[in-house]
Amino acid sequence: MTSETTKITKKYLTFFLAKEEYAVDILCVQEIKGWNKATTIPNTPDYISGVINLRGTIIPIIDLRLRFNLECQDYGPMTVVIVVKVVSSGKKERIMGIVVDAVSDVYDVAEDEIKPPPNFGSIISTEFVKGLATVEDKMVIMLDIDLLLNSHELAIVESLSDELLTEH
Amino acid sequence: MPVDLAEIREIFFEESVENLNRMESNLLELEKGTVDSELINSIFRGAHSIKGGAGIFNFEEIIAFAHIMETLLDDMRHEKQVITPSVIDLLLRSVDALRMMLLAVKEESDYDVQEVQACQNELKNILNVPTEESDEKESNEEESDEKATSESSESSELKEPATSDTSTTGWHIVFKPNLSMLKTGNDPINLFDELKRLGDLEVKVDISQIPTFSDLDVQACHLSWELILRADVKRAALEEIFDWVEDECELHITALEEFSSQQETESPLEKSEEFLIDKCEGAVNQIEQPIPHFKKETDREEISQLKTAPIEHKKKVHHQTEANSIRVSINKIDDLINMVGELVITQSMLEQFGENFDSSRISQLRDGLSQLERNSRELQESVMRIRMLPISYSFNRFPRLVHDLSLQLSKKVELKLSGEHTELDKTVLEKMSDPLVHLVRNALDHGIETPVQRQAAGKPETGELRLHAFHQGGNIIIQISDDGAGFDLDKIRAKAIQEGLLNPDDHPSEEQLYDLIFQPGFTTVEEVSNLSGRGVGMDVVRRNIRALGGTIHVESKQGKGSTFNVRLPLTLAILDGQLVRVGQEIYILSLLSIIESLRVQTKLVNSYGGSAEVYKLRDEYIPILRLYDLFDIIPSTTQLDQGILVIAEGEGQKIGLFVDELLSQQQIVIKSLESNYKKIQGIFGATILGNGSVALILDVAGLIQRFHHIDFQEN
Repeated sequence: MTSETTKITKKYLTFFLAKEEYAVDILCVQEIKGWNKATTIPNTPDYISGVINLRGTIIPIIDLRLRFNLECQDYGPMTVVIVVKVVSSGKKERIMGIVVDAVSDVYDVAEDEIKPPPNFGSIISTEFVKGLATVEDKMVIMLDIDLLLNSHELAIVESLSDELLTEH
Repeated sequence: MPVDLAEIREIFFEESVENLNRMESNLLELEKGTVDSELINSIFRGAHSIKGGAGIFNFEEIIAFAHIMETLLDDMRHEKQVITPSVIDLLLRSVDALRMMLLAVKEESDYDVQEVQACQNELKNILNVPTEESDEKESNEEESDEKATSESSESSELKEPATSDTSTTGWHIVFKPNLSMLKTGNDPINLFDELKRLGDLEVKVDISQIPTFSDLDVQACHLSWELILRADVKRAALEEIFDWVEDECELHITALEEFSSQQETESPLEKSEEFLIDKCEGAVNQIEQPIPHFKKETDREEISQLKTAPIEHKKKVHHQTEANSIRVSINKIDDLINMVGELVITQSMLEQFGENFDSSRISQLRDGLSQLERNSRELQESVMRIRMLPISYSFNRFPRLVHDLSLQLSKKVELKLSGEHTELDKTVLEKMSDPLVHLVRNALDHGIETPVQRQAAGKPETGELRLHAFHQGGNIIIQISDDGAGFDLDKIRAKAIQEGLLNPDDHPSEEQLYDLIFQPGFTTVEEVSNLSGRGVGMDVVRRNIRALGGTIHVESKQGKGSTFNVRLPLTLAILDGQLVRVGQEIYILSLLSIIESLRVQTKLVNSYGGSAEVYKLRDEYIPILRLYDLFDIIPSTTQLDQGILVIAEGEGQKIGLFVDELLSQQQIVIKSLESNYKKIQGIFGATILGNGSVALILDVAGLIQRFHHIDFQEN
């Protein structure tokens, strides 16, 4: 028993994407809401479903199925949006929504139970995977949400006014 | 209850910054040659309150520094120090040094100790240089005043050098409290008790200044004292005792030996005799006068302070570009409270309707709803007004900037500000500050010529730089104009050809040429100065202005000067929008950018270069941008005559946006896409429609750019 209490455990929220179970740190989850139609933003990659109104704030919605190149699925009653807080460059906090098939459970996972992901070469991108963990005899894929939502199209461009400041 | 020092600290820093800014603008005012005792007083008060505030937090360096400044300013206001440009310059530098120190203390970082030390030494030097004195004795009673001042200048001179801080066998102290000293709770008796502890004390009271009984204010201190302390103590010990009242009295401390030697030439007793005579005459001649004029010196000061204090409050212009707080006039708040009151009334009225509603009351309900609409609009306007600040917040920094730059460039420039009271949104104001500084720098560096060049061109030596702000429509326009050399269009052209931005056979319009100066890296200046000329800047200025939804235009005449017109939206929060539909999507265009909307007559559509289409609108050919094409959505129609062409303008260019349908016009609350996502070219922001869904606001200038980009790629 004593060995367990010294372990650093964190709570993770898990969700399903095409029958696979993924987990994110529960501390970055702000809320879970049902799917509402998003307003599409022109000329953005497919996986950005658009923007929605979250009580007066405009937040972008990212479809994780499309982001991970999984096969597309129609949104149903179980489809949910997990609203997450992401720390971006310069310690700026951004709020985004991720569309997932369904929310599963909350697990305690100790840091040392997370095993590094096996290397699949270039077949499957593991750049956003923090590791794999076994919970109740199931495999859960631990996601690094900060990395995921700050990559590629979602990366922040430095603001313009900074340029003027540094110029003088 | 524990006092929250952290909060006071914050207030202290904010107020100090205000004080420094006021001192700065006053100093610049002084430099223009308007010698006004009120100005000096105001500067003095600034230094004084910083010193006082710093005292609370024990910022020793700041106290010491402010004290020296204060001494110099005190000399200035008593006309013991001649006001010369070099003194003003030194004071300006001192203001900067103080600002730097304050910032360092605030952020708990280090500051440039050398600069502070240099300033401090120079200040001390000035204080030590004997001021012009007339040695001649004059019997004229007017002169006696002057003598008194010259005497005190000597003593203040003695007060400053550290070498005088040696112990002597005794001290002679002249202590003249201001009228108001007793009101501040300082009792001279306590001071004398303290002094007595140091040694043998001889006290002589001077009652000559007590006015006639009818004029006597029992709470005012009309007495002054002459004290002789025979004790072997240090000067600092004495100063410490008078520390509390230092600013509320005239205090002269002299070593006894020095005092006796001085007495031979002019003794304070003699002086008080003169005062006495003065008093008698005054009492006889002007018995009706409420203020006896023998107290000239202290009184005048008191009165002017009293008079100006309330004015000062009104005039108070604070400049806090980086402050997080905002000061709002009580009027605005009161308005707001009234609005809220009305809103509450309307709400309760509507609630009553809801309790037992039947169709007969539908017209009443309609009235109620329109009242609610009016209330919420008024409330919205009042809230917006709170965010509005006069542009003087931004303009205030320019006198100093122009002063420094013109010295640095050895040019003569007169800065004229107008329309400083024009109000605009705080965010716009803050974001505009840097671009404006850039434009002003440019005008000084490239625009206005040196005095020699100007004379050769037959212009007055002193150049003129004007900053003008005014409202026009829903915009604020800021004009930065100089009467300098203007732009050399041929040079711009040649440079553009050289850089490959133009073909040698092209015949660009003036406007297109001016547009080139906003290109990144474009400069016609051969030499890069530390001010400008690197060709970065103007493009950033334009981008910043665009980011605010504004535009910038240049007008120039070679040899006559140039004018930059910056047009900005009044606020970033709300705009009048036109809703348009393309396929299933709803987009919003700012009404200000729309010139007109029309049904397309197919015969006026011409194709151009195979794929591009232009529309002939009266005398102009306007490119047609099919929004569904650009945004890649399925439209209701691709037939031009089935939809609507919205002619919109951005950055001086016109474009016809082809949409399916025009919907309603409404006020749009702008929400940022950037805060959680990022900026998208062609999209200004987003808003939330009545049904809770999000609609994107289009940015015409961005769309045009994007359109050109696509054209380019296709070619």
